[in-house]
Amino acid sequence: MANNEHTITIDGTEIHFKAGQTIMDAALSAKIYIPHLCHYPGLTPSGNCRLCVVELNGKDVTACTTQAQPGQQIRNQTPELNAARMAITQMLFVEGNHICPSCEKSGNCKLQAMGYYLGMRDEHYPQFNPRREMDASHPAVLLDRSRCILCDLCVRASREIDGKNVFAIAGRGIHAHLIVNTVSGKLGDSDIAVDDVAANICPVGAILIKEKGYVAPIGRRIYDQHMISDVAFDEHVPEHKEHGND
Amino acid sequence: MKTGQSSISPSDKSTRRIAIDPVTRVEGHGKITLLLDSDNHIREARFHIVEFRGFEKFIQGRPYWEVPFFVQRLCGICPVSHQLAAAKAVDQLAGVDRLTPTATKLRRLLHFGQILQSHALHFFHLTSPDFLFGFGSDPVRRNIMGVLEKHPEIALQGVKLRKYGQQIIEAITGKRVHGTGTLPGGMNKPLTTGWRDALLTDIENILLWSGNAVKLNEQIHTANPEHADFATFPSNYLCLTGEKGELEFYHGGLRARYPDGAFIFDQFDYCDYRQILREEVRSWSYMKFPYLHQLGNDRGWYRVGPLARVNNCDRISTPRAEAERKRFRAYGHDKPIHSTLAYHWARMIEALHCAESIQNLLHDPDITGTELVAEKGDRRHEGIGVIEAPRGTLFHHYQVNDEGIITRANLIVSTTSNNQAMNESIRIVADKYFDGREITEALLNHLEVAVRAYDPCLSCATHALGKMPLQVELIDAAGERVHRLTKDSTGQYVS
Ligand code: SF4
Repeated sequence: MANNEHTITIDGTEIHFKAGQTIMDAALSAKIYIPHLCHYPGLTPSGNCRLCVVELNGKDVTACTTQAQPGQQIRNQTPELNAARMAITQMLFVEGNHICPSCEKSGNCKLQAMGYYLGMRDEHYPQFNPRREMDASHPAVLLDRSRCILCDLCVRASREIDGKNVFAIAGRGIHAHLIVNTVSGKLGDSDIAVDDVAANICPVGAILIKEKGYVAPIGRRIYDQHMISDVAFDEHVPEHKEHGND
Repeated sequence: MKTGQSSISPSDKSTRRIAIDPVTRVEGHGKITLLLDSDNHIREARFHIVEFRGFEKFIQGRPYWEVPFFVQRLCGICPVSHQLAAAKAVDQLAGVDRLTPTATKLRRLLHFGQILQSHALHFFHLTSPDFLFGFGSDPVRRNIMGVLEKHPEIALQGVKLRKYGQQIIEAITGKRVHGTGTLPGGMNKPLTTGWRDALLTDIENILLWSGNAVKLNEQIHTANPEHADFATFPSNYLCLTGEKGELEFYHGGLRARYPDGAFIFDQFDYCDYRQILREEVRSWSYMKFPYLHQLGNDRGWYRVGPLARVNNCDRISTPRAEAERKRFRAYGHDKPIHSTLAYHWARMIEALHCAESIQNLLHDPDITGTELVAEKGDRRHEGIGVIEAPRGTLFHHYQVNDEGIITRANLIVSTTSNNQAMNESIRIVADKYFDGREITEALLNHLEVAVRAYDPCLSCATHALGKMPLQVELIDAAGERVHRLTKDSTGQYVS
């Protein structure tokens, strides 16, 4: 290929990329959907949800953390990769308490939307039914850890965009859990504000603005109207906010 | 499916036990145990229900605004009732005492649609086979498919009435079952003019068919003298009524009458329900036994639901249903009618009232209004919502902490209020139809009919068109099974 120093190929489609872009960045710019839950354009990628794993020259790599390089041959929509994505999604469902029928995030939830996108019909694995602490101590922001998928978006958004450091993930492996960086560990003692990106970026119903649930009627919620693969291209966090100690 | 054998012990050594499990064609399933004395007379009847599945516990620790959508999952037949009762409690928790006119009317329309579809389901799908073919007729035919074959016009009217009610629910909540809709202090979307016009297109037929259903029930009830006495006993009655004593489903004061029709109380504020109601726990039942405190647990039990409401109210606000109520009253010589099978007649009078009220609301300009949510006030720590669900008075009571999290919940569902009455009906029927020796098909069928009159919502799981298996066991005083009769899923009896 004559001009392959600026292109990569995903599932047979050749696309251009800019220097410094990841495979995910390049794909999103070219409106090619690579499934993802922990990636959000504008935040440092973390590669932890593993849904964006693609096959690069016969090797599995996370698209969100792998730099695009000229001439890469990438496979994205393969039955094997999508089967693995389905298994991951099912595991995320059973690991938390994702009770879609009554959840206020239903219809706007990326995990649920991913399930629909992948054609998931059941959870397959046995339910963990974890007991995780609910934190309702903040007057306007609710943290329901039982739905947290540890995507780390709130952690990064708070640090990188809001200029705060409200959240962190503590523990490892199955013991990993979301903590609040205050002495009490309570959200109510943190400086999170209702319009912070961290308060609004959660892909599932773990961080919610209080008393706003169910306002969008059925039929008008995001994923009632669109597949997750159709609305992933316009997302971008706002610019970094400068905060004083207000 | 478990039989009664393993879970219930005879009260004493001289008592034999007969268990019937499950009762077919009720919502969910139940089990009947008949306790016999040593002379083989019915000593006591016990109706067992797995009713609640721990919802009061599940919702502890959840945010209060989530509750209407959590608790509506109690039931696939009347989820709207649970959503609305919870929503009324949630309004209080959000500090809202008055909704906008549009929100109130949308909730009422939703509720009328819900009652219409539930009542239509109950009469046409579950009860009409008994009435049209006879209680003891061939069970293979005694179901909605049989009605469709023999009386297609009646069956189709039933199907369409139910569908219409479901369409109203869909128009307002986004789904026929388990949608959203209510918000703290209001509703989440207006009724579109497109939906309103579509619903108006069919309303004349709905009125006609509802009216026909009342006539059919009146005719069946008055033409069959045995219906008047079947499973019948005098009881107290409890329901909400409107300010002027009119039939009211969504909001009102509590009214209770003695069997002779005299008031026990009237326009009692339901927020103080704990002053007048107590719930007794009995070791053999998952379901509590509510009673009116002032009368004590032996005399204070009461009936709820259509019979209670039509007996209790002074009038119905819509003309056709009011005319039918007057005929009902005249039949009872202007006194409460205690006949258990009159539940069906009263139920269809209510369905007609729903149809008329739906028509009125659809013509009301407020119904397509867009002012949907009232301003919230100061958050409160306690909310109590009470409505008349299709099966009777439904109480939802929640307490929340400063953070808006539910700390305590108490729900009294309609079927629970009818608990003692259902046991009483079963005892009367068993007494009459048990031959002292074995379970007969006739006994089994008559017990089912008695229970079904209350339209009990049991484990809140629906099942297919009266085709659940039914098993009856006769256990002697020594705990030995001496006889068993099974009705299998095809309606065949097997000894
Ligand atoms: S709270 Fe939400 S955004 Fe934060 S890690 Fe959990 S799932 Fe991700």
